[in-house]
Formats: sequence, structure tokens, C-alpha cells
Amino acid sequence: MSISEMNFLQRMLYILQEYSGSLLKGAATTMAIAIICTLLGCVIGFAVGLVQTIEPHRKDGLFKRGFLKVVKFILNAYVEIFRGTPMMLQAAFIYYGMSSVFGINLGMWSAAIIIVSVNTGAYMAETVRGGILSVDPGQREGARAIGMSQFQTMILVILPQALRNIMPQIGNNLIINIKDTCVLSIIGTVELFFTFKSISGALYTYFEAATVTMIIYFVLTFACSRILRYIESRMDGPSNFDLATTDTLAFTSGLTRYDSKKGGTC
Amino acid sequence: METILKVEHLVKTFGTNEVLKDIDFNVSKGDVISIIGSSGSGKSTLLRCINMLEEATGGRILYHGKDILRGEIDEDTYRTKVGMVFQSFNLFNNYTVLENCIIGQTHVLKRGKEEAKAKALKYLSKVGMELYINAKPRQLSGGQKQRVAIARALAMDPEILLFDEPTSALDPEMVGEVLDVMMNLAKSGMTMLVVTHEMAFARSVSNRVVYMADGRIEEEGSPEEIFSSPKSQRTKDFLSRFNDK
Repeated sequence: MSISEMNFLQRMLYILQEYSGSLLKGAATTMAIAIICTLLGCVIGFAVGLVQTIEPHRKDGLFKRGFLKVVKFILNAYVEIFRGTPMMLQAAFIYYGMSSVFGINLGMWSAAIIIVSVNTGAYMAETVRGGILSVDPGQREGARAIGMSQFQTMILVILPQALRNIMPQIGNNLIINIKDTCVLSIIGTVELFFTFKSISGALYTYFEAATVTMIIYFVLTFACSRILRYIESRMDGPSNFDLATTDTLAFTSGLTRYDSKKGGTC
Repeated sequence: METILKVEHLVKTFGTNEVLKDIDFNVSKGDVISIIGSSGSGKSTLLRCINMLEEATGGRILYHGKDILRGEIDEDTYRTKVGMVFQSFNLFNNYTVLENCIIGQTHVLKRGKEEAKAKALKYLSKVGMELYINAKPRQLSGGQKQRVAIARALAMDPEILLFDEPTSALDPEMVGEVLDVMMNLAKSGMTMLVVTHEMAFARSVSNRVVYMADGRIEEEGSPEEIFSSPKSQRTKDFLSRFNDK
């Protein structure tokens, strides 16, 4: 039976049978780029967002203040430029620009990773800044009041809480990245969308190929969002806690469970 | 008694608004000083200036003779000596009760884990919160949070404890448990500076009462002097509002 004689379901099954290997490979590439770039983007975002929340200390000299201003300006420009232009064009700009102007031939992988993580970083920078600002100022005061330095306050108290606050946004970014890696097909990255284009080009079955690919994208993003939810609830810790009875130094006796919902031990 | 803290001609302005005008007073070892006054009189700002959460605009704050405003002592080191208890508790939400009381000791004072834990447990028992060491702040009531906050401050072995309206954010039935802890602290000889609206506490626990109005110290004296025979008319007016109740 030739493909033109098949019905919709048969064509989808045919695509799955014939191209399962390349679809899986495409999905794996998409996921690898999305995960690596979201993580790198978070690192960039935390660094940039952190610098942008630094207020100059009252005792800082003119040089330090000026330096901070210049750094902030550059970072701001980075955020605005990368948020303000399409990633597809950035990909073309960086990948082809590097080779034609500077003679640097970025590998397909390194180009893909640089573009997506730098892009994610630009968005994350604003998210992190918001996350830091959303932490109650009292937390900072509490930390400073027991003698913590600015740095310790950030690392031990503010950032962990900011990270928890922006977890939903990080999840958002991961899901956006899973889908948006498709623009990398412009520089020839063989990810899931590129695979879709090859299949549909080879078989002329756009509808069926699109359906199959969409299902795969959805499975990937849905699984990720569930996993992230689980991580979030793990970060929150249990809603109950253990009452430490008798000798708390030795912890010899057992712990009693305190059910905060019931308001008593059980 | 040895003077720990000497505040001289302290001025604090926010823009054109002068919140503290020429404040002078001393804190000696073992003092329990209550600062009373209506809202907006500058009580909290005074406390925050002493802990350098706000930068004083003028004057001097001498800690054992060293001017903290001129950086004669490291700001962070100074803060470990002057503990602060806030109206809104400010416990670290991302740590358990025990960790809240340990983290400052291990990271700021560089104490060992075991020593820090023993100390934390000692003070948590002192405030009656030793059963709750595994709880997160969000699982506690306001009064419990404030008692943990006091234990956290105590674990740093401060020389003075500053209390910024420690019971103002609490439900009436929780005020007592926090005041009890503070009363016991005062009895044990802790030097305390308490901004409060609890007149009974100011009267029975403190050895000195400072009445502030419009950014100035209007009157200062023993609880007996302030509450029974205030000299200033403003003090009389302020206190009469409490006596009416």
C-alpha cells in the first residue's frame, strides 16, 4: 500500500514506524538543548539579575560607583537587545555573522547553545531581579541584624527564597525553550522541528507529520511541567513537622509528628 | 555601671523630614530601658539608627567609646554585639527554627556546628520553643515566631538586645508569652532597649523609661518618676490616654 492510499491513522503509524529513530533523535536533541540552555540561562540570569539589584554602598568612592553604573548599563543593553529581537534572527546573525565577518566557524551545537542560553539569560535576568525584589525586605534586615555581610545575606537568605519564588518562571522558560529551539532549524540544527520538516518534505504528509510532532512536543512539555511541580513541592518541604520530644541534644527518643492541619500531635 | 552605648546629639532626617532631633542618652550594662511615645515620635527610627539599619544623619553613637558612625568598629562585628528583635519577626523563611538560630553562629561567628547547635537549643528551651526545632517559620504562630526570633538574637551572645515593638504585631492572647520571655531575660541581667506600647511592661520591668515626642526625648527617668509624677505636660497627656482604658 502506497502512502497516498492510506488513511490518516495509517499514515501516522507509517511515520512512526519509518521515522521513529530520527524523531527520537530530534526529540533528544531538542530536550538536550532546552535543558542545557535553561540551566545556563539561569546562571546568566542570576548573575545579571544580581548585579542589577546591587545598590552602591554609601561609603563607596566615585570610581566604584562609576564602574557599577557602566556594568549595569552594559547588562541592561544586553537584556533589552536580546529580549527585543527575534531569536531566529539572532541565530542567523550570530551563526552566519561569526563565520563571514570573523571567520569563526561555530559548530552547530555550540552556536545553538550560545544563542538559546544567552536568550534565556536575558529573560531570566529580569525574572531574577523580580524574584529578589519580591523577597520581604525584613528578611534582609533580619540577616543584617545578626551581623551577616551583604554577600552572606544574599547567598544564605535572599537567593534561596528568590529561587523558590521564580521556580514557576524557570519552568515556563524550560517549556518555552523546548518549543523555541525550533527556530534553530534556520542554522541547520537537527532537532525535532527539523525532523518534522524532513519527514513532511520526504512524504508530503504535512498534516500527519505535524500531528505526530505536536504530540511529541506536548508529551515533552507536559512531562517537564509535572516534574517541575514535583521539584517545587520538594523545595517547600512537608507541610507537617516533627515535634522534638525529650532530650533534643541526643535525639534518642523518637519524634512525634505534628499535624499542622489538625493542630496537634497524633 | 559600665556604659556600653552612648548616643550623642543624634540627628536623622529623611529628605526634609527631621525624624530625630538631637537625641542624647546612655545605656549601661544591665539596663532595661523602655522607650515609649506615640507613633511617629521616632522611637523605632532611633532603634534602627542604633543598629545601623538606618544611617544617622548627624551626631555620634559610641559603643565602648568607639564611634560606629565613623567606622571605628566594623559594622558587621558591631551588629553581632547588638541584637535586634523586630515587630515583624523576620525569621528566615527558608530555614527551620533550629537552623534560624544556628546559621548566624556558624557563618558570622564561625562557631563549630555542634557548639552552635547546643547554644541554639539552650536558648530555644529558654524561650520554650525547643519542641519546634524542626518547624519552618510559616508553621508557627506569631508569638512562637517572636520567641524564636528572640532565641536567634540571644544565640549570637549580644551585649545589648534591641526590641522594636516586639508585641505590636501579635494577637492579644500571644502578647503574654512574649512579654514573659522578655521579663525573664531582664531578670537574668540582659541589657535591653525596648520600644513598646505595653505600659505595664515598661512600668514593672524596666529600670528606666524614656518618653519620646516629635523626635526628641521629652522626659526620661525611673518608671516611678515617669508614670507617677511626670514633669512634662506632654508626658502627662500621653500617659493619661493609657490610664483611661
